[in-house]
Amino acid sequence: MAILECKALTKRYSTKEALASVDLKVEPGRIVGLLGPNGSGKTTLIKLASGLLTPTLGQILVDGRVPGPATKALVSYLPERTYLSDWMKVKDVIDFFADFYADFDRVKALEMLARLEIGTGDRLKTMSKGTREKVQLILVMSRAAKLYLLDEPIGGVDPAARDYILETIIGNYCEDAAVMISTHLISDVEKVLDDVIFIASGRIALTSSVDDIREEQGKSVDTLFREVFKC
Amino acid sequence: MAWDFETDRPIYVQLVEQIQLRIVAGEYPAGSRLPAVRELAAEVSVNPNTMQKALGELERMDLVRSQRTSGRFITEDVNKIRMIKENLAREQLARFLEQMQAIGYNREDILRLLETLPENETKGEETDGHSGM
Repeated sequence: MAILECKALTKRYSTKEALASVDLKVEPGRIVGLLGPNGSGKTTLIKLASGLLTPTLGQILVDGRVPGPATKALVSYLPERTYLSDWMKVKDVIDFFADFYADFDRVKALEMLARLEIGTGDRLKTMSKGTREKVQLILVMSRAAKLYLLDEPIGGVDPAARDYILETIIGNYCEDAAVMISTHLISDVEKVLDDVIFIASGRIALTSSVDDIREEQGKSVDTLFREVFKC
Repeated sequence: MAWDFETDRPIYVQLVEQIQLRIVAGEYPAGSRLPAVRELAAEVSVNPNTMQKALGELERMDLVRSQRTSGRFITEDVNKIRMIKENLAREQLARFLEQMQAIGYNREDILRLLETLPENETKGEETDGHSGM
């Protein structure tokens, strides 16, 4: 069964249509890139899947269920912008996650933090943007979730931090879970993706496996993206 | 050896080629145990499913065999490895000959040139060629 399924999913903000009748299925065990230009509906889709927004029309199902407390326990969501308060210390956010999520692996999180030499007494406020992003990713990937929704996980960080983040994702997701990564930095994520979804103005422009794109079109996803979304 | 991928061919195909290269170069010796799929995938920074697909392909070629409980091993068949090494060398040679022909060198010209080339220069070019692969 698909871990994420959208049926004629539509979301309007007053008059603006952010998603227009999206049909989509994401199977377990796949790493999927949600790729599209700014304002194409990537964040809206992810917020609908994580239960932060409700559909205007149509349906979105996580593990066969309408988003709610039960699906939130299965979904590990990394928002584009941080929701952690910057007065918090690393140990506070760890307690926070342990409190909220039964599937949070504290030992795993502590190990990853120690490897980066981030102390549990460190305050989020004093961290660089890159370090803060890494801390958040470590928290999100330390859950044994069924669906990881990562909204622009490599957006604002340098190439070395991007590598770390991608390695952490592929090294830590549960094998039977699905990972959805939204980004417009395609050449950076291409190697780690199984499938891609191109989204344009709230509509699905293309879904394919990365191998098929390379095999059938003889070009990278990045090149294809530039062609599809040529301004 | 660095893991480099061209952007216009499937990654698993390139993984098969590059793992082969590491086997014939002795970086993964005959009979040795390969790291777990996930570990290998993280090392190369590719998707674990892609790595799995590449290893499956190498298994079909009998270059890698999987033992249910203890993981994956490089074949112990050194003859097989030698054969693949020879094939790779022939491919390289064919490509080289083609390029030399394009600039107007025949076999004798090439041999003559090889004779005059000082030893250390050849060595330098060999390592260059390696890191570029």
